Amino acid sequence: MSDSNALLRRGPGGHELLTLRLYVAGDGPNSCEARANLAAMLKGRSAEQYDLEEIDFLREPLRAMRDGVIVTPTLVKLAPRPVQRIIGTLRERLRVQALLGLDEPGNG
Amino acid sequence: MMPAQAAPIGLRKAPTGIAGFDEITNGGLPFGRTSLLIGSPGAGKTIFALETLVNAARDHGESGIFIAFEENSTQVIENAATFGWDLPALERDRLFFLNAKLPATVVNTGAFDLEGILAALTVKVAEMKCTRIVFDGIDVLLSLLNDPEAERREIFRLHGWMMDAGITGIITAKAEESDRQSVERYAFMQFMVDCIVVLQHRVADRVSLRGLRVVKYRGSSFEENEFPLIISRHGIDVSTFGAAEMDHDVSDERVPTGVAPLDTMLDGGYYRGSSVLVTGAPGTAKTTLAGSFVAASCERGERALYISFDEAADQIVRNLASVGLHLQAHRDAGLLHMRSMRTEVMSAEAHFIRLKALIAEIDPRCMVLDPISALAKTGGHIAAVHASLRILDYAKSRGITVFCTSLISNPDTLTESTETQISTIADTWIHVSYVPSGGERNRALTIVKSRGMKHSNQVREMVLTEHGVTLTDVYTAGGEVLMGTARFEKEAEVHAEGIRLDAVREQKRRELELAEAETAARIAVLQRELEARRAELAVVELEATEGRDRAGSTRDAVQLLRLGLLNPGGPDAGHAALTEE
Repeated sequence: MSDSNALLRRGPGGHELLTLRLYVAGDGPNSCEARANLAAMLKGRSAEQYDLEEIDFLREPLRAMRDGVIVTPTLVKLAPRPVQRIIGTLRERLRVQALLGLDEPGNG
Repeated sequence: MMPAQAAPIGLRKAPTGIAGFDEITNGGLPFGRTSLLIGSPGAGKTIFALETLVNAARDHGESGIFIAFEENSTQVIENAATFGWDLPALERDRLFFLNAKLPATVVNTGAFDLEGILAALTVKVAEMKCTRIVFDGIDVLLSLLNDPEAERREIFRLHGWMMDAGITGIITAKAEESDRQSVERYAFMQFMVDCIVVLQHRVADRVSLRGLRVVKYRGSSFEENEFPLIISRHGIDVSTFGAAEMDHDVSDERVPTGVAPLDTMLDGGYYRGSSVLVTGAPGTAKTTLAGSFVAASCERGERALYISFDEAADQIVRNLASVGLHLQAHRDAGLLHMRSMRTEVMSAEAHFIRLKALIAEIDPRCMVLDPISALAKTGGHIAAVHASLRILDYAKSRGITVFCTSLISNPDTLTESTETQISTIADTWIHVSYVPSGGERNRALTIVKSRGMKHSNQVREMVLTEHGVTLTDVYTAGGEVLMGTARFEKEAEVHAEGIRLDAVREQKRRELELAEAETAARIAVLQRELEARRAELAVVELEATEGRDRAGSTRDAVQLLRLGLLNPGGPDAGHAALTEE
């Protein structure tokens, strides 16, 4: 994560804002599923509550590779610390929510 | 075996540069295709795969990508430094390492794929004009999928990508026969790829042994046997048996043995480039014969290599000096190279590889392996036999005359054979045994066989003196071979008999000389008598002629007188008249 310290936005309370990167491969089935699962988990949160960037291997292949991402889809939580990497379709929602600190929906 | 040139048109090979492997596969891996390299942990998969990239980059200027799924790529680079590959320099120019080892903290939440990274690699391949790629330890990633079907899909995706890229690729994966999952994965992969190489790692008699086997090569011939594989200081070395057909140049030249009477027994010496085996119990002076051989070689100015197993070179030099063999001078002159090796620290194959390198480095004309039977201690009998045979074969291919000694633990000389089965392929086999008799133990040397040359079938006694080794004629008495003191007594007896016979002969000669002189004298007397007789005879004949002449001239004179033409006179007058006619 060479750029993990860059561009982190602070949340309203000065605490670290939930910063996510989703690495996908175009509209591949696994990528689509992960995108949908993540969107569902973030539903009900305002855009100020998190920062999500989607990086498509097919558009920015070398950037994704430089970030050390090997498989698609990969979700990286850059903040709050610790940095967490989650691979796969994010099918196990409860687990993913726990890892992202989204345990109490709408309360983040 | 189909030769490489007969391979179907279009099937190009990508040389790996790995010693032995390109030989087995008639040129290397299938060019632009995928090869699968599977094996147990520690069998050398990563090193093998990496070395193909390093060699291609260094020797052919090809670019390559190494994707490390199993080990951190920094670790891979560090490990490679031990082989003397300058990866940092190559990495700058031609090699690209991708660390694809997922951190332990990664959480897996469902299916994933390689589509993204392959898209990135497509860009990278084009950017680098890359011709080679290695996916090392793909099984580590695939096992995270926890779904055989998803695994197969990703393998298929990977294979398809490699085909599209037209790149020479290696996929390595752990596979053990005991592991059902890996067997299934392997079964699927083997159906897909063009070439499969299996690496083995096992331990026999506490010695680690590695092997390589090509199990599939679509559209190409290959050697199907398992070949020993060594991870040496320079990388992977696959030791091949050499060509199945033996086509070494055969020489008629003789190499002296260093022991003159032995040269005589062998009708001139060993053949140049042949292999000689000397067997015998401990202390039968095998090393002394070996020393004589290399000393003779050095005296001719030929470089010699003396490999001793489990005995220090200096010790051998010291011991041989006591029998008049001064090897140190040859060492100092740079003609004799001596190396001592401890057998048990390495496998027989590792020894073979080391010897091969040593032979190539020193390039000797004569070589000693003392004792070659020590290789049997290196674990794995078959491996030892193969290694020994290959050493001899390799030496033969270089025209080196090899002298091996072998310890025979079984003192029963009727079962003369060697643990490493060298005796069957050695060209000349000499056996030295102890013959106890008359309270002594003496060394008896026999030539068991010597291919393609006349050789003595006699047993000789080998005698070590401070001036070197010599062989003496043996005496048989009452069906027993006499040696040592018994021989000495017999020799003295023969010597005395010889003196006596000489005296008798001298006497006879003198007698004959005398008789000859007498006869000659007698001949001289008779000759003189003969001459006297001849003289007498001449006188008689002359008188007879004169008598006839006188009678004739008288008749003529009477006739002339009758005709009145001659006055009566003496016989002289008549004679004068005749001579005037």
